[in-house]
Amino acid sequence: MSDVSANAVGFVRTETVPQSAPPSNAAGPAKWVKDNLFAGVGNSILTILAFIAIYLILAKIMPWILNGVWDAPTLSACREVLDGATGGCFAVISERWNQLLFGFKYPSDLYWRPALAFAMLFLAAAPVLFFDLPRKLLVFTGLYPFIAFWLIWGGPVYYPIMALVGFVVAFKVFERLEKQNFALALGAGVLGAAIVWYLGTMIGPDDAARKAGSLFAAGLEPVPSRDLGGFMLNMMLGVTCVSLSLPLGIALALGRQSSMPFIKYICVIFIEFIRGVPLITLLFVASVMLSYFFPPGTGVDLFIRVVIMITLFSAAYIAEVIRGGLAALPKGQYEAADSLGLNYAQATRLIILPQALKISIPGIVNIAVGLFKDTTLVSVISMFDIVGMIRGPILASTDWNGVYWELFSFAAVLFFVVCYGISQYSQWLERRLATDHR
Amino acid sequence: MTIMTDPPKGAFRLSMLLNDTRYRSLTLQVIAAIVLALAIFYLANNVVSNLTRLGLNINFAFLGAPAGYDINQRLIEYTSQSTNLRAAFVGILNTLLVAFLACIMATIFGVLAGVLRLSNNWLVSKLMAFYVEIFRNIPVLIWILIIFGIMTVVLPGPRAFRGEDAEASMFLGISAFTNRGVYLPGPEFSRIFGETGILSAGIGWLVALAVLVGSFFGARTVNKRATRIQEATGVRPATMLTNLAIWFLPIIAFFIITGLSFEIPELKGFNFKGGIKVGAPLIAIWFALSIYTGAFIAENVRAGIQAVSKGQTEAAGALGIRPGRIMSLIVLPQAMRVIIPPLISQYLNITKNSSLAILVGYADVTATLGGITLNQTGRAIECIVLLMLFYLIISLSISAVVNVYNNTIKLKER
Amino acid sequence: MAEQAKMQVSDEVAISIQNMNKWYGTFHVLRDIDLTVQRGERIVICGPSGSGKSTLIRCINALEEHQKGSIEVDGTLLSSDLKNIDKIRSEVGMCFQHFNLFPHLSILENLTLAPIWVRKTPKKEAEELAMHYLEKVKIPDQANKYPGQLSGGQQQRVAIARSLCMQPRIMLFDEPTSALDPEMIKEVLDTMIELAEEGMTMLCDTHEMGFARQVANRVIFMDEGQIVEQNEPEEFFNNPQSPRTQLFLSQILGH
Ligand SMILES: Nc1ncnc2c1ncn2[C@@H]1O[C@H](COP(=O)(O)OP(=O)(O)OP(=O)(O)O)[C@@H](O)[C@H]1O
Ligand SMILES: [Mg+2]
Repeated sequence: MSDVSANAVGFVRTETVPQSAPPSNAAGPAKWVKDNLFAGVGNSILTILAFIAIYLILAKIMPWILNGVWDAPTLSACREVLDGATGGCFAVISERWNQLLFGFKYPSDLYWRPALAFAMLFLAAAPVLFFDLPRKLLVFTGLYPFIAFWLIWGGPVYYPIMALVGFVVAFKVFERLEKQNFALALGAGVLGAAIVWYLGTMIGPDDAARKAGSLFAAGLEPVPSRDLGGFMLNMMLGVTCVSLSLPLGIALALGRQSSMPFIKYICVIFIEFIRGVPLITLLFVASVMLSYFFPPGTGVDLFIRVVIMITLFSAAYIAEVIRGGLAALPKGQYEAADSLGLNYAQATRLIILPQALKISIPGIVNIAVGLFKDTTLVSVISMFDIVGMIRGPILASTDWNGVYWELFSFAAVLFFVVCYGISQYSQWLERRLATDHR
Repeated sequence: MTIMTDPPKGAFRLSMLLNDTRYRSLTLQVIAAIVLALAIFYLANNVVSNLTRLGLNINFAFLGAPAGYDINQRLIEYTSQSTNLRAAFVGILNTLLVAFLACIMATIFGVLAGVLRLSNNWLVSKLMAFYVEIFRNIPVLIWILIIFGIMTVVLPGPRAFRGEDAEASMFLGISAFTNRGVYLPGPEFSRIFGETGILSAGIGWLVALAVLVGSFFGARTVNKRATRIQEATGVRPATMLTNLAIWFLPIIAFFIITGLSFEIPELKGFNFKGGIKVGAPLIAIWFALSIYTGAFIAENVRAGIQAVSKGQTEAAGALGIRPGRIMSLIVLPQAMRVIIPPLISQYLNITKNSSLAILVGYADVTATLGGITLNQTGRAIECIVLLMLFYLIISLSISAVVNVYNNTIKLKER
Repeated sequence: MAEQAKMQVSDEVAISIQNMNKWYGTFHVLRDIDLTVQRGERIVICGPSGSGKSTLIRCINALEEHQKGSIEVDGTLLSSDLKNIDKIRSEVGMCFQHFNLFPHLSILENLTLAPIWVRKTPKKEAEELAMHYLEKVKIPDQANKYPGQLSGGQQQRVAIARSLCMQPRIMLFDEPTSALDPEMIKEVLDTMIELAEEGMTMLCDTHEMGFARQVANRVIFMDEGQIVEQNEPEEFFNNPQSPRTQLFLSQILGH
């Protein structure tokens, strides 16, 4: 994109041609083994060492897995089954999978709700992750947060609908006015949403139900957020915080690139502060300090406080990635936008950000993976995410006291699957973007 | 000069605040400043009214009060009667200790894995890829717990070493690997200025370090002289033996003169005494951080080496430089420039992640100041602010180093 | 020349630059520039590299800020007032050496963007307008492609069409052909000639002396930030006055 001279001619090879394979008569498995495993003395020694390492690892792990017990009510029962032989007590996973996934307080007859929300997540994320899908699917992505919120927390359907209406009003007002003036449109949009929400909370679900039909009071059984736990909590924190931190990160990145020194330095200070302290200190802030910043009497939920702090945390990192994307855009793009008479907001929104974000996607995905792994830190402030569940209720229970490896392996596998999947996606995307003509 | 000298005619209008490029940015900044000030005022006001409502205040006097808790792993004198400030300081030193150790070990893991991953040995390179992917994609927290688990579950307790036919025996008779930690022989100097012990062991080590620094400069002088001779005559004199002598003779002499001896740990009662004790938590967090961050460093190293394009190697080969020399003269110096900045940011990550030590009970600064002290005194705001300040200072110093490095590189490239 | 007779120059002043100076820090890039451009005039600016040609052109639509003197475009004074700057930018189109098309937008979207967002033209109208200009630059069939899929010459023609979609009264060209291969230069120059024949006021920084002879009714020679000499092309090329011009012309035409 930035290499204009390459655009000037039809086709320019930007990389050296990879070496082509040798003629087939020089190939064959024996030759492959010799070339790739036993080329020279040093190489052979390495190969042997590698084989020994692999053997040692497998010799420890394979019996443990293959000999594993999947069905036993307690650890002692499991040990009896094993009768002294090596083997994992995976029974703890089959017995406690629900706690590992949903926490120990989420009502078990309601598991279908978070599970459904999880399944719908793929549908909602698909159009964001794969540009080729029809853009219309984005409508569902927009609805998803409200649906997922309602499914997981329950309560009257009135609230998510109210919130949604507020956003729709804001969006419509904004769309109406944005061609006139971006700042005005934004302000009016926020105001519109605020009015809707204010009126909405004034009326409340019961009144609305009386006036407009019982539908509004209908709802799912509510679940308080301190009852959320397990891997579900990690997923929720990861998805929520990454989504919320994107807009904030963009704003911070733009602010850091600003020509106005005051705004620039505010952003620099914020970003460097957040990046300079460990996430755990921010979580301490969430657990013991943040409530002081809210007006007296507003008991803000721990979950929300944690979301706030993790969002700030990841926004700072995302801002740095996006700043890299902004810096990679050629100056000519800004000049062309200027010379056409676009103002700052228009140029940023229509020309600069779409390109800068595209460059930054792989970096943002990396941040998201890191953040998802970091959600396990909430176990330190005694929230019961998957690690908190293992360290707390499950290991402490008399039935399973001492089942260490099986549980952590299970958590490790879950994280590995998600993180490895996302990073494979990121690499695929990088390759695709490299060849994309856009 | 930056402002047009002939401004448009006509008086100042209020709308010019927003519509005139001369005032616009100032106006916007003033608005931003006002909004920010209001936000800060609002938050500060909330804090004050919350604190008064709860009858709390902000006060750092607790730092001077006795901490009242013990710390096992410590680098300086500390008892439970020491102040909270000293406890925090013990924590800071512990943080720096584990961060320092982990940085070194992670670099070793990372460089090894990164280089081996580029090896043309298929099996080794796949094995390294496996290592990188496994460790990168699982939270460091889980690694810390797993490795701590290995320490405590797999290694024998001290009591296993007792009795005639003990289940466990000391490694080579001098070190013990137990689930409470590793006990190593502790070096001490018996003969500094006779038996008077004027110099304590600490100072003895400082002198040893000074001897090593002296050797370093000595070796450098020899190498420089060799380079000069090579430039003048075209033949590089052999420096290998001289170098070895300069490095090892002085320090060995120093040890002999001072009578270096080792105190072997012994099992006394329920635990080992004497020698150096490296607690299980320290080892767990050290090893976990190293192996986890090593996976990231391996990727940086690989990228750095690959970034030095093949053309460079070929160009050097065409000049007739030997392959071994190509690596050290051409590829590595250039790769270093790519590798070092992300490497330093990994060191920063190690330092920040060392705060997870709290999970396994290693008394780093997060565990002392941000953990026990906070819980015992209830001074949440004060403790957290100090804790953040400490990490900020570390991070900013490290970024300052990175900036200086980047600037020197830039200067050289010009 | 016969063709030039067709292109009418009116008495109306399009651009008037008086005593304009610009500095980059302490470096004095433009010195005491005085230039009046009549509506319908086609001016070619030439001069050695670094003489300030681009800077002069970029000052006219406020891509660069000048520090002294005045620039007036279509009667609007280029001041620090944003409204004036917007007004001037919407009347002045600009083409860059490296085209600066928006790579993430299709050709059609590149063309309709400014009319929709700046002129607030309804989308359908903007698209009709865009197709009209794409036909004019002879690539209507590329409307749904992306800039990266087009040749350099085609991209530069799209860039011209993109400027024209704002229906400017003045067009600025900053070395529009110097990033192009020789075979593509002609198609771009042809487009520009066509534009000139329609009476567009044009200010063009170019090394294409053939184009200058054929189209320009004034050639300006700049050196070290000053306008050294200006004249009708015939006179300028055949009978340069200043020794600096002579040296420049001998270098550029000599071989
Ligand atoms: N942003 C800038 N900061 C400082 N100096 C600049 C800047 N832009 C241009 N210059 C300097 O101003 C002088 C004039 O530049 P300008 O681009 O106008 O030259 P030009 O006549 O267009 O040359 P060319 O034919 O090479 O395009 C040059 O000496 C250049 O180095
Ligand atoms: Mg130029």
